[in-house]
Amino acid sequence: MSVNALFRSELKVVNIGLAVFKQVLDDAHVPAVQVDWKPPVDVDARLVKRVKAFQPVIDKANVEVVKIILSGMPQLVGLARAIDVIPGMTSDTLLHAGPPITWERMCGPMRGAVVGALLYERKAGTPEEAERLAASSAIKFSPCHEHAAVGPMAGVTSPSMPVFIVKNEALGNFAYCSMNEGLGKVLRYGAYSEPVIQKLRWMENTLYPVLKKAVAKVGKVDLKNIIAQALHMGDEVHNRNRAATSLLYRTLAPSLGPEVLEFINGNDHFFLNLSMAASKATLDAARGIKNSSVLVVMARNGTDFGIQLSGTGNEWFTGPADVPDALYFPGYTKSDANPDIGDSAITETNGLGGFAIAAAPAIVQFVGGSAEDAVNYTRQMYEITAGENNVYQIPYLNFRGTPTGIDVIKVVEKNILPFIDTGVAHKEPGVGQIGAGVLNAPLEPFKKAFEKFAKTLRKG
Amino acid sequence: MITGQVRKGAYFDSVTLMRVGKEITGMPGVIDAAVVMATASNKAILNASGLLSVQFKDAGDTDLVIAVKAESEAAAKTALAAVDGLLKRPAATESRPVNLSGALQILPDANLALISIAGRYAGDEAMRALEAGMHVMLFSDNVPLEKEIALKRFAAKRGLLVMGPDCGTAIINGVPLAFANVVNRGNIGIAAAAGTGLQEVSCIISNAGAGISQAIGTGGRDVKKEVGGIMFIEALKALAKDEQTKVILLVSKPPHPAVLKRITKSIKTIRKPVVTMFIGASPTTLEEAALTAVALSRGKKPPEVAAPDTKIAKREAGKRKKRQKYVRGLFSGGTFCAEAQILLGNGVYSNAPTGKSRQLKDSLKSQKNTLIDLGEDEFTVGRPHPMIDYSLRNKRILQEAEDPETAVILLDVVLGYGSNPDPAAELTGVIREACRRVSVVCSITGTDKDPQNRSRVKTALRKAGAIVMPSNAAACKLAGSIIQCL
Repeated sequence: MSVNALFRSELKVVNIGLAVFKQVLDDAHVPAVQVDWKPPVDVDARLVKRVKAFQPVIDKANVEVVKIILSGMPQLVGLARAIDVIPGMTSDTLLHAGPPITWERMCGPMRGAVVGALLYERKAGTPEEAERLAASSAIKFSPCHEHAAVGPMAGVTSPSMPVFIVKNEALGNFAYCSMNEGLGKVLRYGAYSEPVIQKLRWMENTLYPVLKKAVAKVGKVDLKNIIAQALHMGDEVHNRNRAATSLLYRTLAPSLGPEVLEFINGNDHFFLNLSMAASKATLDAARGIKNSSVLVVMARNGTDFGIQLSGTGNEWFTGPADVPDALYFPGYTKSDANPDIGDSAITETNGLGGFAIAAAPAIVQFVGGSAEDAVNYTRQMYEITAGENNVYQIPYLNFRGTPTGIDVIKVVEKNILPFIDTGVAHKEPGVGQIGAGVLNAPLEPFKKAFEKFAKTLRKG
Repeated sequence: MITGQVRKGAYFDSVTLMRVGKEITGMPGVIDAAVVMATASNKAILNASGLLSVQFKDAGDTDLVIAVKAESEAAAKTALAAVDGLLKRPAATESRPVNLSGALQILPDANLALISIAGRYAGDEAMRALEAGMHVMLFSDNVPLEKEIALKRFAAKRGLLVMGPDCGTAIINGVPLAFANVVNRGNIGIAAAAGTGLQEVSCIISNAGAGISQAIGTGGRDVKKEVGGIMFIEALKALAKDEQTKVILLVSKPPHPAVLKRITKSIKTIRKPVVTMFIGASPTTLEEAALTAVALSRGKKPPEVAAPDTKIAKREAGKRKKRQKYVRGLFSGGTFCAEAQILLGNGVYSNAPTGKSRQLKDSLKSQKNTLIDLGEDEFTVGRPHPMIDYSLRNKRILQEAEDPETAVILLDVVLGYGSNPDPAAELTGVIREACRRVSVVCSITGTDKDPQNRSRVKTALRKAGAIVMPSNAAACKLAGSIIQCL
């Protein structure tokens, strides 16, 4: 509008900088928005220029990646033992969450989970023996993500563990994830006491065969459909899975006995491992698109936070993982917390979890307490994504699709980091979960990925 | 000690309770606390953390239990009392996007961006705002000159305003922006390339009972050769077209001759009265220019300049000792420092010399008649502007009062939004101290509607011993008059 039109209009102001100026506007009842401005990420200007020059090529690649992600059709098609289905799984392999890591650098809860898995596999008789074995070269550690798999928290997956088989029917690829153990002292939080191992055995001997039969009976379970419905029912399928678990429960109930029904009923997070596998199956299909700056993995191992881009192959870009800003169970504080851990950030990578938090008003206490805060977090994520989901929607935002397909260029350009929901593990092995909360991904992996991406851009 | 409470049938979701528990734990004197539903698993957690009280024995799944482990009974009581307030839904917080496009999602028809981030980034943000069709007020300084020119050329082509960079104040549609005063609305439109000058004339106009239609700042560099007065002329044109504006007042340090030519040419096409006040280039003061605009806005003749009252000057001069000979002006507003130099004329030293003044060798040491602009970069690096932070000037006031050659300390006090919220409290102590040796003369730029209230500040400063004049010009004239009477 012209200057004279401005004089005739109601003044509406965006205040970028000093907050005291916003106060003046509030006092004068002028509609105004405060911007919490941050300087852009400090990256080599030549690389920024190079990326700008390639922008049309990148846009084209990203459109393709988003198309693949949106057309994903993750279906639960069965269950099997890890060793029988997970590619590259061997009898002496343990898979873990996040980017690659050695035993020496593993955090407490991941070490605890490794000990627990070796006890469960009967490769060791005592925790001490398990630790010695883990420290020897007899056990191969490998990221779940490099085997079409994902694992929550420590994510330790051993050969005998039963896993869900999720098929992306659009492209035919598969993804795998263990079954959720419930809350309390559990392997994924690094607990390995006798009851933890007993529960894992019960899951193998009772839960697994019953579920396997139930899934076989219905043929397949449409996970995309369940997730879409769950978002309308107050889940974001990362920190809240109550609706999705209920929907799955309803689908499988006719074939499940009372014991299994009771177990699933007592575990709101039962669906989490499926929302993760569904996200993994969807995103793996979008790997390897040349010149695409969209993320296909965000994952943490409790020490490092790692990401992978569609356009940079299988290379991990990592940086130290941060400690989440959390609400803690009585008796625990931030000083007890382990840095961020788990493959569950695959949900955010797929436009769910923290990216869909506006759909989950029941858990907004994690993000500051008001529904408005949650909406703002989701809104902000649209700034760094390449697209919007066609199926996963936010009712409160007039059923707008969730922000989907994190673009590393936008992250670096705007200095807005992906927002992740998470559980918090105690830093010592064996203690378990001590809280839940949220955090932003660390900058370092994104900066490294941007720089490498810029260098690998190729015409045509 | 552990204190507990059970509330039968009071259900809250676990996340709310964790938040409340966290806040209670953080209260003074509280060692640990839990606010949980009394499920079996929660009771086990309480037991493990030593918070289980016998009272909780019969509490069940649908009961809320509160346990507080505190250093004293009083601390526990305070914590328990706080629980109810914390359990209530917190008020919705406002949204805080991190960039312009995020803000536009919330306020899609925003028409002005007020930018005060570091200068090396501010230009890019301003360009984004212009590209989004918004007008811009650029408070930030240190924006590169080329950037300023690019922004203003881009804006002028699209009929948009770029106020600044280094634009401290503006009043658009009656709304005070950044460092602005609360003035009456009226029919006098101002375009200014001098921030404190704009504040001074708008306050004098308002205090005289007239009012402001629009007050547009352009930043001081606009009227220099390189920028060429792009926005000064755009502002002038807009005020000429504005129906609410009957009289136009232009305030600036002297523009570059080529720019002045363009401005003059532009003024000739305007049928409204235009009052120009180019500090140093014209004999008038900011006060006279403001009062002229007021008279014209009422269809009256400009007022005669009253001869200064020498009675006060003589009285003050009579109190001074033989060695006390000089004025020491300590200004927070650059425009005021410039106006003082023009009015005091010959033999003046300044760290920001204008007119006939000479460059002060050491900004920290006054010589003869010295007028200091404390808003210059040399004083503001790493600390807030002297209109906000009085500490540096207060120290200097005492330093000047100690100097046996000082006769008069001359000050400006700028009120309004953004300025120090309580200048009276900042100044009265040092003024009282200084008045034991020297005369303190000051002016107050502001209105009674400003958050600080001009009348209240005036009363406080007078009580401390200062002579408060109605304008900077009047204060400068009195100071000059006192030293002439010595």
